[in-house]
Amino acid sequence: MHWLTTILIVLPAAGALVVAVAPFTAYWLGSFAALVSLIEVAVWITAASKFDFGSSALQLDQRASWFSDLGVSWHVGQYRFSLWFVGMTVVAMAACTIYGWWVGRDRGRAYFALMLLLTGAIVGVFTAQDLLLFYAFFEAMLIPLYVLIGVWGGSERLRATITFVVYTVVGSLLMLAAIVVFGLQQGTFDMTRMGTSSSTWLFLGFVVAFAIKSPLFPLHGWLPITYRESPAEVSAVLSGIVGKAGLYGLLRIAIPFFPQPVHDWRVVLLVLGSISLVYGSLLAFRAPDFRGVVMYSSLAQAGLIVLGLFANNSLGIDGAVLQIVNHALVSTALFLLAGMIERRTGTRGEFALLGGMARGRPALATVVMTVGIISLAVPLSTTFAGEFLILAGVFQQGWGWAVVGAVAIVLAAMYMLRAISGVLHQNVGPAVSEHALDLRVGELAIVVPLVLCLVGLSAWPNLVSGHATSSAPAGWTAYAP
Amino acid sequence: VIHKPHVDWFALAPSLSLLAAAGLLLMVAVLVPRGARRPLGALLAFAGFVASGIWAAFLDDRSPHAATLVHDAMWRDRWGALAQVILAGSGAVAVLVSYSERMRDEHVAEYYALLTAAGAGMAFFVQASNLMTLFLGLEWFSIALYVLTAIDIDLIGSLEAGLKYLVVGAVGSATLLFGSGLVYGITGQLAFDKIAVAGHAHDAMLVVGLAMVIAGLAFKSSAAPFHMWTPDAYQGAPTPVTAFMASGTKIAALVVTYRVLVTAFPHDQHLWRWAIAGIACASLAWGNIGALVQRNVKRILAYSSVSHAGFMLIAVAAANQLGARALLYYLIPYSAMSLGAFAVVAARERELQVPVTLRNLAGFGWERPFLGVSMWVFMLGMLGFPLTGGFIGKFYVFAAAYRHGWWWLIVVGVVATMISAYYYLGIVRAMYFRDTAELQLAPAGGSPPHDPLLTFGVAVALVVTVGSFFAVQPLIDVARSAARALPL
Repeated sequence: MHWLTTILIVLPAAGALVVAVAPFTAYWLGSFAALVSLIEVAVWITAASKFDFGSSALQLDQRASWFSDLGVSWHVGQYRFSLWFVGMTVVAMAACTIYGWWVGRDRGRAYFALMLLLTGAIVGVFTAQDLLLFYAFFEAMLIPLYVLIGVWGGSERLRATITFVVYTVVGSLLMLAAIVVFGLQQGTFDMTRMGTSSSTWLFLGFVVAFAIKSPLFPLHGWLPITYRESPAEVSAVLSGIVGKAGLYGLLRIAIPFFPQPVHDWRVVLLVLGSISLVYGSLLAFRAPDFRGVVMYSSLAQAGLIVLGLFANNSLGIDGAVLQIVNHALVSTALFLLAGMIERRTGTRGEFALLGGMARGRPALATVVMTVGIISLAVPLSTTFAGEFLILAGVFQQGWGWAVVGAVAIVLAAMYMLRAISGVLHQNVGPAVSEHALDLRVGELAIVVPLVLCLVGLSAWPNLVSGHATSSAPAGWTAYAP
Repeated sequence: VIHKPHVDWFALAPSLSLLAAAGLLLMVAVLVPRGARRPLGALLAFAGFVASGIWAAFLDDRSPHAATLVHDAMWRDRWGALAQVILAGSGAVAVLVSYSERMRDEHVAEYYALLTAAGAGMAFFVQASNLMTLFLGLEWFSIALYVLTAIDIDLIGSLEAGLKYLVVGAVGSATLLFGSGLVYGITGQLAFDKIAVAGHAHDAMLVVGLAMVIAGLAFKSSAAPFHMWTPDAYQGAPTPVTAFMASGTKIAALVVTYRVLVTAFPHDQHLWRWAIAGIACASLAWGNIGALVQRNVKRILAYSSVSHAGFMLIAVAAANQLGARALLYYLIPYSAMSLGAFAVVAARERELQVPVTLRNLAGFGWERPFLGVSMWVFMLGMLGFPLTGGFIGKFYVFAAAYRHGWWWLIVVGVVATMISAYYYLGIVRAMYFRDTAELQLAPAGGSPPHDPLLTFGVAVALVVTVGSFFAVQPLIDVARSAARALPL
């Protein structure tokens, strides 16, 4: 029995309640929310310090019966890889919450309450060890996101919310049907006590939901309008963290509990991953705006991670785990930078209006350049380590997959360098005024910690990837090295 | 000497206390000066519902074994008692919501008298154990509701709604009565359990009777295709009455449907299971598709109540212990959500003095933060999202269907939920995503009317909706012991 995981979930939710009712001005509510999100990071560091990295068991877990007749319980805990997923969540959410405070979102009470609620829900997704609890958190993420996009989004936000909700609700309700059937078949909803199933239908119920969330071709239709119309920090959360919940679902539920369907459907999923990777990269190369590049690159990255997940060996899965963490940090940083650039220029990030921002703005140039370079998997970076592991893993499935992956890495260099030069270099764009400021100290305080995390991981990627798969939930024995 | 049957007054107390309140209220209508009628009437009605709820809770505690009352006319068991508790709670909240309703002072005591009389009828109905008391209870609360629907003669459409409800309701009652007659004619028995003993499977006449009983009850639970009165009656009735109808009638009708089917017709289970499943699918389809095209919020909620009848009928079709438990559990958050949602509609209606549509709901969430957030939670609950009991309710219903082996009912329910997301979230969208300036509505003028009783009622509904998500185990335990009263 350990309270730390529960605290990680309940603390932001309780903070949200306080923000919702406390009689303060929006500025102080924002400060309070920022403080809570930082305390959350501190709690996570405490959790990491108590974590036994040598053990592969579920740790910091807590279990209490919720309703016993169907075997549903409050069971939360963290495996070694989930600890890193929680870590990337709290760090990214802190950055995004503080960004919202820095920008001064209107209707602050609602805004900060929802951001904190979202933090709690996402941490819940990554730590829930009960299938119904997992579903509850998975759905709970949607509630704040819906309002965050619908109220603070751009001019097309109503359409964006409808598209987003239609896709995700369809997916998650299919999953609910699968969960009910699977859990009742097993007689318990506790994921640590469940056995495997060979039902293709159940497998597909889960996979479709996760593929929509990730997103994976051809279920990515909600992506363009949602990412473009959301506020920058919400796009950052969507792409950096919420999408990872889908990939986590594949890793934690689809793969361990459905070995036979995974075997039967492996090629299909690898094909979809490859298409997402190549198609996403090409779309990113064609995107007319900075956000377009980042969002399609996250489609491509989701495809790459799926290649790793379904490589059927520990190399691929280790790489996928590392790449999930990498991309969460990279994508959050890039979307926040997109927001900062858009605010400075009064544009929506169109390359036609931007350019030449490096001159006189060394901090902006340095940060954009650093994150951009890390994101295109330059050797010595942590993303290189992740992609290398994934490619090495998928190579064992067949060299063709690895070729696709390698081609996509070239494409990644093309679209990311194009984006960097479109913003920073070339002629000064018509929307870039002389007076557009360099990154301010506050903004640096938001982005630089993300960059530092990435640099730290580049120095020691093995911290995350090292034997990620040996921390094996039930049903994973096939992958233990 | 006339032999009187032994009467267990305690078992009748939930119904009788409401009846007593109704009687007192009628005297209030005559004897009390006009200015004092409204507060005194509301107080008496509230006290009646609370007393009924307390008696029912005691009854639930003291009736671990089912027994019959008054010459086998009624049941004393936990199934009925728990339903009475939920009914009494709904009635009490309905009284709170009613208090500030624009109503003529000369009618207000009669209004509360009818409300408590309807409550008494429902409390009686859920204990019915033979075809006579079944029909008596049904007519008792229905007639009170017909009048309540039409009571506000100043409200456009109220009278029309009342008439529609009366005509369609009379058809439903007649169907039930005809069906009961056929069942009695074949078996020679009135009591449910004796019908089960006397009846034979595959007796064509009995099956016709059974079908007509199901149809008659489905009229009351507003399940498709017997729902056609619902949108008009819900829209036309004064909103607090709608709130009470939506929760109370549904609780009573579904609980009794379950009891009648499993007690009186176990031989024909394979038949009525399919019939109920069919009605459930029709309700889910029709309720959700109908709601998609509505603009009036009360009509949306009316169609949503049709679809919820469908969900709860899935639990009936499952016809197992889990299904009975699921129904009783589902009713708790459902009645809270639907009362709360109609209460919020009533608040907006009083503010604007016009029917509430999606359009004039704009900005409401920002103007009235508490009511807005509450409405948001009620909509999420009806949609079956987590952090509300609606989620657990749907989960239990699906589990019951699966336990019976009907996974396809889960698929139907899931597809229906997907469709419903559009209009439930549409209400949230209307409240928050547009603001009044954007739509250039005429300002309502002045600060919104202060209505502490309604706000309190909404708060109670909110606590039940969210609380039932966390406190599943105690509620399920109560529902489980209630479900044991049925011969499943």
